[in-house]
Amino acid sequence: MSRPIVIENASLYGDTTATILVEDGVITAVGATVDAPDDAVVVDATGLIALPGLVDIHTHLREPGREDAETIETGSRSAAIGGFTAVHAMANTTPVADTAGVVEQVWSRGKEIGLVDVYPVGAVTVGLDGTQLSEMGAMAHSKARVRIFSDDGKCVHDPVIMRRALEYAKTFDGVISQHAQDPRLTEGSQMHEGEVSAELGLAGWPAVAEESIIARDVLLAGHVGSRLNVCHLSTAGSVEIVRWAKSRGVDVTAEVMPHHLLLTDESVRGYNARFKVNPPLRTQADVDAVRAGLADGTIDVVATDHAPHPDEDKDCEWAAAAMGMIGLETAVGIVQKTMVDTGALTWRDVARVMSEAPARIGRVEDEHGRPIAVGEPAHLTLIDPADPWTVDPSASASRSNNSPFGGIELPGRAVATFLRGVPTHLSPRFEGAFA
Amino acid sequence: MRHLLSAKDLSRDDAILILDTAAQMAATQEREVRKLPTLRGKTVVNLFFEDSTRTRISFEAAAKRLSADVINFSAKGSSVSKGESLKDTALTLQAMGADAVVVRHWASGAASRLATSGWMHGSVLNAGDGTHQHPTQALLDAFTMRKHLVTDPLGNDLAGLTVAIVGDVLHSRVARSNVQLLHTLGATVVLVAPPTLVPIGIDPWPCDVVHTLDQALDAYDIDALMMLRVQRERMTGGGAAFFPSPEEYSRIYGLDGARMRRLPDHAIIMHPGPMNRGLEISAEAADSPRSVIVEQVANGVAVRMAALYLLLAGEEGAA
Amino acid sequence: MTGTIMGAADVSRVLTRIAHEIVERNDGALDVVLLGIPSRGLPLAHRLAQRIAEIEPGFDADAATGALDITMYRDDLFKNPTRAIGTTTVPDAGIDDAVVVLVDDVFHTGRTIRAALDAIRDLGRPRAVQLATLVDRGHRELPIRADYVGKNIPTARSERVDVHVEELDGEDAVILRKGE
Repeated sequence: MSRPIVIENASLYGDTTATILVEDGVITAVGATVDAPDDAVVVDATGLIALPGLVDIHTHLREPGREDAETIETGSRSAAIGGFTAVHAMANTTPVADTAGVVEQVWSRGKEIGLVDVYPVGAVTVGLDGTQLSEMGAMAHSKARVRIFSDDGKCVHDPVIMRRALEYAKTFDGVISQHAQDPRLTEGSQMHEGEVSAELGLAGWPAVAEESIIARDVLLAGHVGSRLNVCHLSTAGSVEIVRWAKSRGVDVTAEVMPHHLLLTDESVRGYNARFKVNPPLRTQADVDAVRAGLADGTIDVVATDHAPHPDEDKDCEWAAAAMGMIGLETAVGIVQKTMVDTGALTWRDVARVMSEAPARIGRVEDEHGRPIAVGEPAHLTLIDPADPWTVDPSASASRSNNSPFGGIELPGRAVATFLRGVPTHLSPRFEGAFA
Repeated sequence: MRHLLSAKDLSRDDAILILDTAAQMAATQEREVRKLPTLRGKTVVNLFFEDSTRTRISFEAAAKRLSADVINFSAKGSSVSKGESLKDTALTLQAMGADAVVVRHWASGAASRLATSGWMHGSVLNAGDGTHQHPTQALLDAFTMRKHLVTDPLGNDLAGLTVAIVGDVLHSRVARSNVQLLHTLGATVVLVAPPTLVPIGIDPWPCDVVHTLDQALDAYDIDALMMLRVQRERMTGGGAAFFPSPEEYSRIYGLDGARMRRLPDHAIIMHPGPMNRGLEISAEAADSPRSVIVEQVANGVAVRMAALYLLLAGEEGAA
Repeated sequence: MTGTIMGAADVSRVLTRIAHEIVERNDGALDVVLLGIPSRGLPLAHRLAQRIAEIEPGFDADAATGALDITMYRDDLFKNPTRAIGTTTVPDAGIDDAVVVLVDDVFHTGRTIRAALDAIRDLGRPRAVQLATLVDRGHRELPIRADYVGKNIPTARSERVDVHVEELDGEDAVILRKGE
């Protein structure tokens, strides 16, 4: 296999400085000094944070169907640059990932590319139609081993279908990842309903349309004793509901997206559709609440909701534009800016919310989100927390450039990513060592 | 002034300059020869993504009376559907050398998008974007109020006046534009609407809100009463009507003769048109001597002449 | 020579002379309408009208005086910052078949008067149009001449001629200034 790698003087989880030896895709030594073979590649990680490879449980790779927006290959590359070693690819492709055939195709294509482990998410209902359960068992038992099921982009709004899905997924320890959006309360909605929408004359997407579904779902999940994951939680009220549900022992987890940690509905004022996303950018009070929820563990995971769209779907009137933002490459920088540099999270917490917890939710915790310890698979991310950079969407490896963060300065970023000991992303400073 | 996108962008001085200029324009429209050579050689494009013959004709008359060349571009019903071609349309207009684009669009923010996207260089004049803004409507309303209710109109604002706007505020670009402009000009604004037609998030608006017309008539000395059009689709809305029935709306929000007589003697009645007679306004009120609805149309031409003049005269390339 | 070229007494004397010339040239003042070009031509027109009324008692000074704003007829609208549009007022009787005397403070390139002639054409068809000016400073760019001139002041192109009038500036004076 590849040459051994010595990662010298890395700050493990931001706590202790150590050197890591990687051989044959496995961590074989961790310590103040390690006995490195002569042919080892030496990576000077002084000042860098070493984390277990990041895991995203909410990525849109668009393939099959919208290869003009993203492919599994370009999305995988973008993920590796962002420090990810695993992504869960959402089911809203064309065709929809609602059969074993589609999920196996995505899974094997991901494996072929080999930049990140691609775990397909299966649709809850056939065609995301919300009416008939898809063959979840077939997807769970396929080579893709699907454990997360989601109609993301659409809400499983029928309470009976949602109940059945929650119950049925228990068969194979699956989780229903709900896009919480009451469809009737959000018909034609364009942005968060509040002071800005009132002034801009854009149809409102009220917080209650998210919160009412989450409230119903946590009650359902508690009633049937199933696992529920709340996708892209975005409001202060949602944080309250999840906190309450957890206190009652409901097996619920929740995601927050980097853009909901940083941006507010004020960004919509110029009608630039790069800020159009679902759920929409909320208010500063909501941003504060989701940050607090992430800090106190109410929110388990930061996921990206990386949603590529071609220029023509964004370069138009707000109401005609597609919803979604790319975010794989900026996620860790935004988490540092909003949570670490503000003192709300430590880097060890970041490992929890961006690697360990997501791996557990997707039931890939045997492979990802592992400790940085001898004998563990060498999925590693090195982060330079003191490498300020200005986001340039057109420089993204994604096939699309619909990032809302263009021009924003982030304090740090992933500078190297290793998947089973193989570098999948190296910043220019390390390229020489591996040449 | 480079663009006219929102009433919110206008300072008090800007607004008064437009109204004063409109007054001079109106004076020229009483002459035998109403055409002025002012914008000779300038090209104004009326770009309409939404039908509005009244507004288009008003802008067309304004541009023609200033001797601009006018090109009417109706983008509705053609290949343009999901907004796919706003950019291509803008590029086309740029290639045609449009000095100003008057744009009417079903999407809120379309005018601002056109002005700020870098797709074209000309001035953009918002002739109504979705449920956002319709600044020349607010200006012509202010012009009409000033003419009737202010003793010495030239150079003055609307301080001390109380204006009530009645109807579907939620979906009304006329209401949004008027609230902002009237506030800038010093008037007190009262919105009258059922709570279902008042936007969530209205608190920071510089106006009062009451929920019945009778309440407004009791509580305020109204100088100008502006009735908004009720759109048919708001009454049914696929089981999500905003009020129970047209009859109930009319009973609580309609302006009939009896309510009209409760207004102070000098008060004027306005409507941006087209009216639903018998729904938001009775024929008696619409046709009464207090009604300035027809005059609003004439003032629209003068105000749009003023806007075009102020956007297009002046040094080329100057902001 | 720079500095104050005409004082209040000079201006007054000159206006009186022009008033006499207007009456003499037109065999009275029956059909005369004075249109002042804002801003300083306007008070000068009113003063001329008063003087004509003193000479010709039948002449109604107020009824025969108006203002002619020429902004919208200028040929340099797109070369200068946007100008505010002033008021145009025409005597109730109109200007058809009248003798219109345009009144301006400084006669220079002739472009203002060209614009004024266009503006008059949109208001009616006078029998004749004449031009009265307090100062003629030369440098004509169009074949236009004045009928009544208060004072010819030879100037360099770079120099400025400022006319002050009592009504707007608190004093009557004509001042020649060096150019920048």
